[in-house]
Amino acid sequence: MKKKILIVEPSEIIVAGLSAALQHPDIRLLQHEATANNLEQRLNVLKPDVLIVNPTLNDNVNEMRNGRNMAVVALLYQYVKQSRLRHFDAVIDIRDSKQAILQTILDISAKAIAGDARSNHELTPRETAVLVEVAKGLSNKEIAARLNVSIFTVTTHRKNIVRKTGIKSVAGLTVYALLNNLIDEDTVI
Amino acid sequence: MNDYIYSPTDNLSALVTAQPELLLTLSHFGIPMGFGDKTIVQVCHENGVNPEFFLLICQVYSNDNFLPSQHEIMDTPMDGLVPYLLQSHDYYLNRRLPHIEHHLDKIASMLPERTGLAIKRFFKDYLNEVRQHFEQEENIVYPHISRLVNHEPDDHFTIKSYLDNHENLDDKLSDLVQIIFKYLPASSSDDDSIDMIFDILQLSQDLRKHSLIEDKILGPFVKHLEKKSKV
Repeated sequence: MKKKILIVEPSEIIVAGLSAALQHPDIRLLQHEATANNLEQRLNVLKPDVLIVNPTLNDNVNEMRNGRNMAVVALLYQYVKQSRLRHFDAVIDIRDSKQAILQTILDISAKAIAGDARSNHELTPRETAVLVEVAKGLSNKEIAARLNVSIFTVTTHRKNIVRKTGIKSVAGLTVYALLNNLIDEDTVI
Repeated sequence: MNDYIYSPTDNLSALVTAQPELLLTLSHFGIPMGFGDKTIVQVCHENGVNPEFFLLICQVYSNDNFLPSQHEIMDTPMDGLVPYLLQSHDYYLNRRLPHIEHHLDKIASMLPERTGLAIKRFFKDYLNEVRQHFEQEENIVYPHISRLVNHEPDDHFTIKSYLDNHENLDDKLSDLVQIIFKYLPASSSDDDSIDMIFDILQLSQDLRKHSLIEDKILGPFVKHLEKKSKV
């Protein structure tokens, strides 16, 4: 399957040049984004395998990745402090050769497992159990004690619940749990 | 780089045509429509709005990543900031949110009782949260600013504590949208739901810009005042 690549870069000239360098049968370039505004929503819809982003627009790799299986590559054409680049999976510089840029992207996209493998939106039984406790108003610490797992495990489950349901707030998750008959009205504090 | 997209001598109508969501900003500023082909400066003067401050706000609306520099904050007259924020609060609390609640009640009445109640309660809780959030700003933060501006005695409040706990008011709205189109039974009225989702999305967008103004303009401005008052 072709790897989906999203470029986030304001300069059209740079985008055109990079797109030309990335012409390859295994690569599908998505319509590029000129700004990092609303990137989260775009990523949810487009599900790219590789995100190529100008680090001066956004260098918060963890926030952009947000649990997705997506490689994040920095696109450089000006000086950027090394410390801002350390979370990126790879760095391409526009002064690199065309071949080198293509190779970097092919290598990094081969590592990213196909996004579809993870697009399952059903909650696992364990996640459902955590959701029920969240909806009851319990804290992570209390949930960890009750389910006999570590707090870290609870936070991981919670991140997955938010990603799968699209609902962030406890109040919203409570409504979700009620709508899906996971809890009774009376259980809600 | 913070090049302003707009200049004070641009036509206001051109600016609004390019970015219709700025109409809301105009309404928060109390600038009525019907400004013909007047420039930004002219319209601002006619309505007692400082054009530099007006452009600073427009800039935040146009670009999420815009971060004004220290001296832009210091050089811009900020008299209009608190009135602008108060006007926005009034618009959210007394116009937009009741409108959305009205729609939501209509949708809830078509759902099974239990579900309808859960959704209504979710929104009621959210309204209370918004109200508390605004009250805290109006009762603590804004008086703090006027004390600093008028060199009145210290109230032992610092803007840092406010900014550190500044909650995001649009998360729950986005949850509501998700719940409505993903999890409500399909039998409830689609037209009402679609109308409401667009209303909510527009409000979320405006609330997001509102908190950007607080984080990027109000925060640095008050920090600067606090520093000055200590000297």
